Amino acid sequence: MYSEKVMETFKNPKNVGEVENYNAIGTVGNASCGDIMQITLRIEDDVIKDAKFKTFGCAAAIASSSVATDMIIGKTVEEALNIKNKDVVQTLEGLPPQKIHCSVLAEEAIKEAIENYRKNNGGK
Amino acid sequence: MKVYLDHAATTYTDERVFEKMKPYYTELFGNANSQHFYGRQTEQAVSEARAQVAQAINAKPNEIYFTSGGSEADNWALKGILSAYKSKGNHIITTKIEHAAIMSCCKQLEREGAEITYLDVDENGIVDLKQLENSIRDTTVLVSVMTANNEIGTIEPIEEVVKIAHAKGVLVHTDAVQAAGTLDIDVKAWGVDLLSLSAHKFYGPKGIGALYVRNGVKIARLINGGEQERGLRGGTTNTPCVVGMGEALSIAVAEREANNKKICELRDRFVSMVESEIPFVKYNGDRKRRLPGNANFSFRYIEGESILFSLDMKGIAASSGSACSSGSLEASHTLLAIGVEEGLAHGSIRFSFGKDNTAEQVDYTVSVLKEVVERLRKMSPLFKVQEEYANV
Repeated sequence: MYSEKVMETFKNPKNVGEVENYNAIGTVGNASCGDIMQITLRIEDDVIKDAKFKTFGCAAAIASSSVATDMIIGKTVEEALNIKNKDVVQTLEGLPPQKIHCSVLAEEAIKEAIENYRKNNGGK
Repeated sequence: MKVYLDHAATTYTDERVFEKMKPYYTELFGNANSQHFYGRQTEQAVSEARAQVAQAINAKPNEIYFTSGGSEADNWALKGILSAYKSKGNHIITTKIEHAAIMSCCKQLEREGAEITYLDVDENGIVDLKQLENSIRDTTVLVSVMTANNEIGTIEPIEEVVKIAHAKGVLVHTDAVQAAGTLDIDVKAWGVDLLSLSAHKFYGPKGIGALYVRNGVKIARLINGGEQERGLRGGTTNTPCVVGMGEALSIAVAEREANNKKICELRDRFVSMVESEIPFVKYNGDRKRRLPGNANFSFRYIEGESILFSLDMKGIAASSGSACSSGSLEASHTLLAIGVEEGLAHGSIRFSFGKDNTAEQVDYTVSVLKEVVERLRKMSPLFKVQEEYANV
């Protein structure tokens, strides 16, 4: 039911954990739905220097978190905000229909982290 | 190593059973309803199988109706009784932890105007008998309580249920799909009026089951057609599978004690190893009133599908009633009914043991499970107590 890429990413996810000295954090989802995704970022001069995740969820949620954090490292905040769940799905070479919400969660976690960062940094 | 721990989902067909079925696919192909030699041969085999099933549950052969499986038997019991006794009323009493075949059927009957009471269960999954007694009305036509639960293995007090229902003149159905082949089913001693069976849970073929209907109980016809199954379920008899079901149940009953003892020991070994080696787990279900092969654990801070999937990658097959694996976002209704919080219910796995599992497989599974749980907890935002982890 999962693509090779999802399985491979679930087996060896990248960017697991919390960024030391992170200055942005986004947490979305809830335990009762079976998915919680937390993304921490280190943003310097408007560029995402590092990103890590911690996820409570299924294989697709963990793979989506890995791919999404990978995609935004080195990007500007503006570029990161342009990343859509479709991009995550594409990188994972597809997700089963009932797992699409996992990629949406990844997009939302990034947005949430950046919004929080902007709030804490004078609305920039 | 390959380890199959999903016997509650299905079992393989026993070689002895398969051998007995084979000729009924080829040379003994006659329609059991035909009058000629070919038909008489298969009719004889169907009669023998019916007698085998009847004997295994202490029923009479003419009280056994073959169906396509457990779900059909469950659906028939509810819909067939509701229809046959509609002059009495339209109220059915069941529990909050029934299999989907009962649950989903009740939801539909409810939409069509029937009244359904879903009884509570305690924290171990045992049905509330007081509530049962208080729920019976003049219009109640059926009480349906499963013999043993498919997710947590809890064995229900069926004889008590029957006493209470019969005292008020209400019929009782029990879904014995998970229990058959393991528990000593005795429809006469239990007093049940209807009982569902499915062959593939006791090393028989898939696509065949049976409904026991006590003589004297009325039930509406399920399928209009020929005179098969005493005219209540039309359709050419699935002779090879009927033969297989009879043989499988006979074998299961004959070997029950030896298998139960072995399976129970393996399950207990597994449970005590998991509880001593993996912290933050909850064992779901009753420790005593429980099917021998069932173990159900909730693993705190992590989600079930990612556990299952990780086990699968190491050759271990188990199952989860959790959201992600079933494709819905709802946690198991059984776990919620016994009071497991929603987040924890999502992290629950059922391990169901069978007669061919070994102690080595148990040890291997626990060692893999331990690694998997640790790895997933390290990834979980809910797991912020690593220092505690180090202390346990």
